[in-house]
Amino acid sequence: MFIAFRDLWFARGRFALMGAVVAMLALLMVLLTGLSSGLVEDNISGVRSLPATNLSFNAESGVNFSRSTVERSQWEQLAQRPGITHAAPLGNSLFNAQAYHDPAAADTGRQEILADGKSHTKGTAVDVAMFGVEPGSFIAPAPTQGQALGSSPAGVLISQGLVKKGVQVGDHIVLDRVGTDVTVIGVTGKDNYGHVPVIYAPLALWQEATFGPPGGATVAPVNPSVFNLATLIASDVSPDADLAAIDQQLGLTTVTRPASFSGSPGYKEETGTLVMIEFFLYVIAAFLVGAFFMVWTIQRKQEIGLVKALGGSTAYVLKDALGQAVIILVGATAVGVLVGCLFGFVVPAGAPFALEAGPVLLAAFLVVAMGIVGATLSIRRITKVDPLIALNGAR
Amino acid sequence: MTLTLDDVTLRLGDGDDEITALDRVSLTVAAGELIAVVGPSGSGKSSLLAVAGALLRPTSGRVRIGTEDITDASDRDRTAVRARSIGFVFQGSNLLPSLTALEQLQLIPDLAGQRPSAARARATELLTEVGMAERLGRRPGRLSGGERQRVGIARALMNDPSIILADEPTSALDTERSHEIVRLLARETHTRQVATVMVTHDTTVLDLVDRIYTMADGRLTVGLTSASRPTETSLLAPG
Repeated sequence: MFIAFRDLWFARGRFALMGAVVAMLALLMVLLTGLSSGLVEDNISGVRSLPATNLSFNAESGVNFSRSTVERSQWEQLAQRPGITHAAPLGNSLFNAQAYHDPAAADTGRQEILADGKSHTKGTAVDVAMFGVEPGSFIAPAPTQGQALGSSPAGVLISQGLVKKGVQVGDHIVLDRVGTDVTVIGVTGKDNYGHVPVIYAPLALWQEATFGPPGGATVAPVNPSVFNLATLIASDVSPDADLAAIDQQLGLTTVTRPASFSGSPGYKEETGTLVMIEFFLYVIAAFLVGAFFMVWTIQRKQEIGLVKALGGSTAYVLKDALGQAVIILVGATAVGVLVGCLFGFVVPAGAPFALEAGPVLLAAFLVVAMGIVGATLSIRRITKVDPLIALNGAR
Repeated sequence: MTLTLDDVTLRLGDGDDEITALDRVSLTVAAGELIAVVGPSGSGKSSLLAVAGALLRPTSGRVRIGTEDITDASDRDRTAVRARSIGFVFQGSNLLPSLTALEQLQLIPDLAGQRPSAARARATELLTEVGMAERLGRRPGRLSGGERQRVGIARALMNDPSIILADEPTSALDTERSHEIVRLLARETHTRQVATVMVTHDTTVLDLVDRIYTMADGRLTVGLTSASRPTETSLLAPG
């Protein structure tokens, strides 16, 4: 590395330029990683935070949150099977809604929906993902504020996303179209689903809102069979459970919780797009660094021949050149990652951006690794330089 | 130590393009002796240096440095021989642009796997000896042609070589500088008892060398012959 360090200083302008490009590439990777994690967080954190190892969907619909429907017999039987520690139904629906501080305004809004399908008395417009869970089941969330789920039949827990919009304990949320009026009795976690905040409702309330007539039991009798339905079954499964056989018998498709993410609308498309962009950036990193070291090595051909003529082995020259590439790559990537992390602190709240150590370090490692691949392919030509070119007559 | 080339032939290229760069060349240079090889371009002067300097293997014949026969040495061993026993002085000095004068010399032990910092005293001493004591920290871009070649000579001495091979060391210099450089080369050759071969076009410096050879069409002959187109007839008498 005797020459490498001195070349770095001597040609610092060229190396700085190259380093700046690598640093910007690393910065871009960190931002994309943050966006990627942020979008995932925004999309499925409600599912990710479920204390369940596995999720079972209806076998006919497969892993699809918006299409799956399971029945009471399925979750009751699943809970009895060997190796299934817990099993509980989970309802999952997206709603547009209006949140009101004033119960009288909420009631007016509700009446308007029931009269002509539309509320004219506006509260705060919110989009919510309603998760219906049986109070007391293993997936029922614990409130960080207010009362527990089930303490009143129309009481719901809201997540932080709604609190940020100004919704408080005691407020009423009226679901559009179906006119179901729920009361906020507590707050829990930061869960999102489908890029909107989650509200946790007792399963019966969710069933009534999702499958019942507009206005629910207050307007018309609700067909009792809707109270036997849910979207999927969350379960805690021990490793020795024979899930294939259970799925076969009960007509379910059971997957691990992380594997279920792709069943959320848009999840595959969002992550797929980002993965593709990241993939191309890594390839670009390899080509970019490769091209730089290609030109650099060709420029230095005469010097490399000289060093070999003076008694430097090919291994010596290769080590020198590769060491130089590693220094510039690690240095530039570190700068890029640092700037990216600083950016993470100033990113506006609410933007889908989350920096996680694992993905960021992986991105940094891959930028360096791909750079080394590119550099190695270019630097390889050092082995072919003949020390004879140091002599005048042989040039 | 003595440099010996024994009946060396070097053929380059193959088929119709084959040329005989060296044709049964025999040459012995004793320790403490500076010889000059003159001759036109393409006569085989550089091939002679390449074979003597362990850069090319001869097609036939033997090459020895002292008692060590390097004719059949592997590429790896040749590199080691160059690092250990041979000092090169190149045309236009051929210094690395990013290294200071001192570092040009410190590079040599680094190539051989020794610590360059330990060689600082020796490098300083050698540069002082060639009159470069005031220029230790300068890079080649801020040295004159003559100064660069002084550094080149000091670098060639760094590994305490048995032989020095100088390839047109004065080609970039004016007459006065050329004389200074060859005088320096002669002095170091004599005091350090090195066997030195200098290939040159420059007949004005031949008064400083111990023996003169002429190269033409790959053949080496003693003395200065018409092939080298001498500019001063007085130089015909060697020594």
